[in-house]
Amino acid sequence: MLEYLYFPHDISTYGPKIDWLFELIFWIVMVVWIAVMIAMVVFMIRYRARPGRKAEYIEGNSRLEIIWTTATAAILVVLAFMSRSTWADIKEHGPPGDVFYAVTGKQFNWEITYPGYDGKLGTKDDVTVENELHVPVNKVVRIDLTSKDVIHSFYIPNMRLRQDAVPGRIIHVWFEATETGQYEFPCSQLCGFGHSGMKGNLTVQSQEDFDKWLKDLYANPPAPAEGASPK
Amino acid sequence: MSSTAAVAVHGVRAEHHELGFWRTYIFSEDHKMIGRQFLFMALFMMSIGGLMAMLMRWELAFPETQVPGFHWVPEPFMYDGAIPPNTYNAMFTMHATIMIFFVVMPILVGCFGNFLIPLMIGARDMAFPKLNMLSFWVGAVAGVILLSSFFVTGGPAAAGWTSYAPLSAVPIYTGVDWGQNLWCISIIVLGASSLMGSINYITTIINMRTRGMYFFRLPLVIWSLFITAILLLLALPVLTTAIALLLFDRLGGTHFFLPSGGGEPLLWQHLFWFFGHPEVYIMILPAMGIASDVIATFSRKPIFGYRAMAYAMIAIAFLSWIVWGHHMFVSGMDPVLGSSFMLTTMIIGVPSAIKTFNWLGTLYKGNIHYTAAMMNALAFVAMFVIGGLSGIWMACTPVDMYIHDTYFIVAHIHYVLFGGSLFGVFAGITYWYPKMFGRMMNEALGKIHFWITFVSFNCTFFPMHILGMAGHMRRIYNPQQYDFLKPIIPINEFISISAFVLGAAQFLLLANMIWSYFKGAEASENPWHANTLEWTTPSPPPHGNWPGPVPIVYRGPYEYSSPEVAEDFLPQSQLIEHSMDKAN
Repeated sequence: MLEYLYFPHDISTYGPKIDWLFELIFWIVMVVWIAVMIAMVVFMIRYRARPGRKAEYIEGNSRLEIIWTTATAAILVVLAFMSRSTWADIKEHGPPGDVFYAVTGKQFNWEITYPGYDGKLGTKDDVTVENELHVPVNKVVRIDLTSKDVIHSFYIPNMRLRQDAVPGRIIHVWFEATETGQYEFPCSQLCGFGHSGMKGNLTVQSQEDFDKWLKDLYANPPAPAEGASPK
Repeated sequence: MSSTAAVAVHGVRAEHHELGFWRTYIFSEDHKMIGRQFLFMALFMMSIGGLMAMLMRWELAFPETQVPGFHWVPEPFMYDGAIPPNTYNAMFTMHATIMIFFVVMPILVGCFGNFLIPLMIGARDMAFPKLNMLSFWVGAVAGVILLSSFFVTGGPAAAGWTSYAPLSAVPIYTGVDWGQNLWCISIIVLGASSLMGSINYITTIINMRTRGMYFFRLPLVIWSLFITAILLLLALPVLTTAIALLLFDRLGGTHFFLPSGGGEPLLWQHLFWFFGHPEVYIMILPAMGIASDVIATFSRKPIFGYRAMAYAMIAIAFLSWIVWGHHMFVSGMDPVLGSSFMLTTMIIGVPSAIKTFNWLGTLYKGNIHYTAAMMNALAFVAMFVIGGLSGIWMACTPVDMYIHDTYFIVAHIHYVLFGGSLFGVFAGITYWYPKMFGRMMNEALGKIHFWITFVSFNCTFFPMHILGMAGHMRRIYNPQQYDFLKPIIPINEFISISAFVLGAAQFLLLANMIWSYFKGAEASENPWHANTLEWTTPSPPPHGNWPGPVPIVYRGPYEYSSPEVAEDFLPQSQLIEHSMDKAN
């Protein structure tokens, strides 16, 4: 259903759970909204003013108040607990990672740091490029997210993933892509006059293509000067 | 207090006879004049905030093209009518700041609070008339400071109305220097104005109710303003503190929000939203109160569940302090904390639902008169339902991860703030205009304004939900820079055209207000056959509010279609012999 509402095609493992919650709320909201609107419109037509009629003197009904208070509370609390487990899966205990990157936001680009041959971040052979994020398909990607200047937000619409990149903090995010292809990951937090148009390119590749690309990158790393000094 | 009240009762009219032009119209201490001053200031600011919105909508539909008729705007604000990115950022910052702090709050709290509280509780004026005057003029100074930022080098603030640090804390990050400083100073000054107003409202409502006006006989609009004043008193100092720290970071070399010196950017967000969420209810509660009064009056029925309505507002006021974290689900705040904020946020939906069901209950078996005021009040209910329901998606943390910072949020806030607060304002203006200005507004023009506004409002803001679902980020200047947003270009164009109609329609309201002031039919004392005390005095009320003694209250405010009398209304101050037992 969501494709008809312009949702971007989902390519992550947890995206379907988020979309399912979206749809669940959609149907709850639709039922409530239509019921309220029907009641309202019916009352508005049926009880419109007519000469000689007097409204009925009704001050309220305690039983009704109790019913609609508890019913609303029950639905909302159950919804909160249902959402809770999905949230915990995504945010609190994700699976162990297969590949590890560091992503750093800066005005107005994303710096992607690949760990180099040793597979470890923070060592000399790390390679940093701007805006080009390549990941292997069906592998858990773990990212150390931070920012050099202001708050940016790392947003992959096709993954349903969003996390602010905050200077002074390293925040861990993870995703697992299920389909190969080219996608955009824009910055979604206002970060200055270049905010609009700040975006990176996500390339999800098969393991072989990815290995080949990574080998090329490590063999010919881009000049490190650019991006090393924020303003 | 008691001496003030005594003066007010006995001597006030004689004193006011000699007041000249300046003391009557400019530096007035009369709550009714101050209320009108707030209204005029807010309408003026609304025209500026609205213009910003129109320019933004042009940019979003037709990015990087020249806005027709704006070639005269000097560089670097615009380039031959084309809007550069930083100007766009300044526009949405100023649009939101103006609409929130200088339109919705001054009208709902400043105008209706001042005008209605003494008249509806049976007082001759506010508890502190001089403080009241000061509150308006301090607010006006804040407005001048904010507008002056359009004329400084670098332009006005461009970090969003939320002014997230570090973007707002370091001038080079936005390229805006004094614009942001003036924004900070303006809001600090406005905070002082709001504090003066809220202290005055609380004191007046507690101490100056007329005989028989018990708390549970107060009209719901007074209940809402009372609760709002308490929220203002407690929330505004938090914002003022946060902005003072921000100003120190900008000007004094401190690092409260800057990690380079050990500061914490998220501290700003916690402080801002600790103020910000009560603020949301400050802007909707008075509109709820207005809608309750208007709907009961024109349904000719008691409000359904009066006490439940009052308790629901009290519940909202308490819960509004423990939901601020739902603005920060993806900010880097501990996800466990996010879960608890999700729960509190879901629960704050309950009192709002109670209110909606009670409004429906009020319509049930009523005798509904479709005046322009009633239509606006009903639109308030219908639009508030949409705004409330769309909040459920945002409260759900995993879903919020996807729709946060998208147009889904923009749609939600406009359904609550325009569909909610502003339709409440329209209802309030059309309902109380006769009492404020002594003339009836033109009903036909009022209804035309309503229908055009209602339709174009929904055409403008409903499709924004779909933009949000497509992933359209807020605060971007050119959506066509993104491939994944290409399919929704036509929706953006449709929204913009609807927005232009919506903006233009507001001139009808303005025209109606001006035309009616000079040519409208003279208003009688009680044109709507309403029950509350403001309708027991001439329109507009004289100094001291009642020519004779202050009315005494015998019953609640919503005794419409009571079996005790033949008419379908029973004013609070009307004495019926056999009802005395019940009243006591």
